[in-house]
Amino acid sequence: MSKRKTERLLGLVVCLLSTGRYLTAEQVREAVPGYPEQDDLFKRMFERDKEDLRDLGVPLETGLNHPFDDDPGYRIRQQAYELPELRLEADEAAVLGLAARVWQRAELAGAAAGALLKLRAAGIEAGDEPRAARGIEPRLGTPEPAFGPLWEAVRDRRPVTFSYRAAGRSEPQRRELEPWGVVNRHGRWYVAGWDRGRGAIRVFRLGRIAGAVKFCGPAGSVTVPDGADVRELVRDWDSAPARDHTAVLRVRPGTGVGLRQHAVSVTADETEPDRWDLVTTRFADVGSFADYAAWFGPDVVVLDPPDLREAVIRKLKGVLT
Amino acid sequence: MSALVTSTERLQRLLALVPYVVSRKVVGLAETAAAFGVSERELVDDLNLLWCVELRAPDPYCPIDLSYEGGEIVVSQAESIARPLRLAVDEASALLVALRMLAEVPGLEDRSALSRLLAKLEDAAGEAASVSSQVAVQVDMPSGDGPDGLAAQLGAALSAGRRVHLRYYVPGRDEATERDVDPMRLLVVDGRPYLEGWCLRAEGVRTFRLDRVLQLTVLDQASSPPPEATPVDVDQGLFRPSPDDVHVELELSAEGRWVAEYYPCESVSDLPDGRLRVMLRTPDTGWVRRLALRLGEDCRVLSPPALVSEVHQSAAAALANYVV
Repeated sequence: MSKRKTERLLGLVVCLLSTGRYLTAEQVREAVPGYPEQDDLFKRMFERDKEDLRDLGVPLETGLNHPFDDDPGYRIRQQAYELPELRLEADEAAVLGLAARVWQRAELAGAAAGALLKLRAAGIEAGDEPRAARGIEPRLGTPEPAFGPLWEAVRDRRPVTFSYRAAGRSEPQRRELEPWGVVNRHGRWYVAGWDRGRGAIRVFRLGRIAGAVKFCGPAGSVTVPDGADVRELVRDWDSAPARDHTAVLRVRPGTGVGLRQHAVSVTADETEPDRWDLVTTRFADVGSFADYAAWFGPDVVVLDPPDLREAVIRKLKGVLT
Repeated sequence: MSALVTSTERLQRLLALVPYVVSRKVVGLAETAAAFGVSERELVDDLNLLWCVELRAPDPYCPIDLSYEGGEIVVSQAESIARPLRLAVDEASALLVALRMLAEVPGLEDRSALSRLLAKLEDAAGEAASVSSQVAVQVDMPSGDGPDGLAAQLGAALSAGRRVHLRYYVPGRDEATERDVDPMRLLVVDGRPYLEGWCLRAEGVRTFRLDRVLQLTVLDQASSPPPEATPVDVDQGLFRPSPDDVHVELELSAEGRWVAEYYPCESVSDLPDGRLRVMLRTPDTGWVRRLALRLGEDCRVLSPPALVSEVHQSAAAALANYVV
């Protein structure tokens, strides 16, 4: 950290806020102490300072005072700079405190703290843990390393490229994506957008992105189509298929609790003396229901349909090979 | 001052410090230092820096005037930086996304406060709020979230301070357990709701996934968790390893890789052909045995040896059921 740079940037902000008219780079150099004499050094430093201020969210404007002016000028409009007046009731401040804790250890934790600091500077104190002891405590994590760069890409409307390992694939593939948004569903993060390689809308799970996410185009070059609802895209991608098949299972008494919970019917199996139950239930597809039935091991036997029965037998043999 | 603080980060603090004092008229050094997370010395450095700002043109002047005599800060001249800078896109998004997530959580008492706050912040953030709609979090709520639903019942029990009776499913043991619980908090971690409470059966603080609660009854007794019932530190994660845990080592095929995404693993290493070797710790290996059956040829249990033979016996017993 350089104290001189902080002083110079602060002077620059105050100077450009106080001026009603656009100031040229030369006028800025005269007004703000700390810029070097040499023109090329000054130019470079001034460029970097402008960039730093914009990164902080300072609305730096460029324009001409007069249409015939040669050099562009700079200013910060007070109204664009200031946080608007804001008053919170006590109950609203309590909820603000709760919301600020959501990201705690996650990617946007710093941003949440920054927001809180600005609100505090405006005289607003977030409630501190009024309900934490007895009430609700929400948390969101972003363990996927891809979250940070993808959030930036969505924010700045930049296309990205990454390598992605689709479910069940042994080798990752290179993808180029115009990201429209990130969504957390069932505790996992997804990104939805336009897959340039496939020429179609695609959804990706962040946890399956292998390696780094790289920007592959300038900021502002991605257009999110009107009406694109990223939430809905991810929901459709991830939604459970309809359960339109019926299975009949033999289930040992006192077991298969999860199965019985969603059963269509449970009756005693009269054909055998062992007092097992016959459970009829609905399922979506053979593969995933065979997985589920195998979970119960020797407590569940699939009677029907035959392809489900075969799938479970194959699975169990797979364990033994 | 921390060497990690950059010039722009310090600028950010200075731009917040001035309005912080202005909006409070007079404020103590110690209190302010605490609010900004700096030492009093660092704060005094900041104040001196602000006081020294000088602009030269057209005539030299000092735009900021302040004093901190007797430990009390007063800003008498702040000119154009008397108000804080607007919320940046990241800042607005962090709060708005969190609030919209909270809005989906049933059992939240302050729903009206939440929507009022949301409207005020959206308004204050202006354009910076627009990107936040491209980040969404869906909260998984157990089925039946009507007025008689589980979450509503639980909310009522929490606010009335009543004990509840749970029929709770433990898939790893394929068991429905019955227990009385004194509710402490509703945790919503990564979109999934949990009840945290003092379990009278286990005599300890436990967290229960709401989607595994088969039945919940609000009892007449008052909820009275004992003094030793300390809330879980959610920031350390809900599942913490214990010294009694068993180490389990699995080898997964490409089809079985999802296991590493779904269960917290201690280590994960890539093998050829998209296969994975994972190490996990668990107090109870019952669920790993079931998981191995479920995965079939996509999973090999490498250790511990006892579990390897359990898996084999269980698969053999299950297969025997199919021999007619």
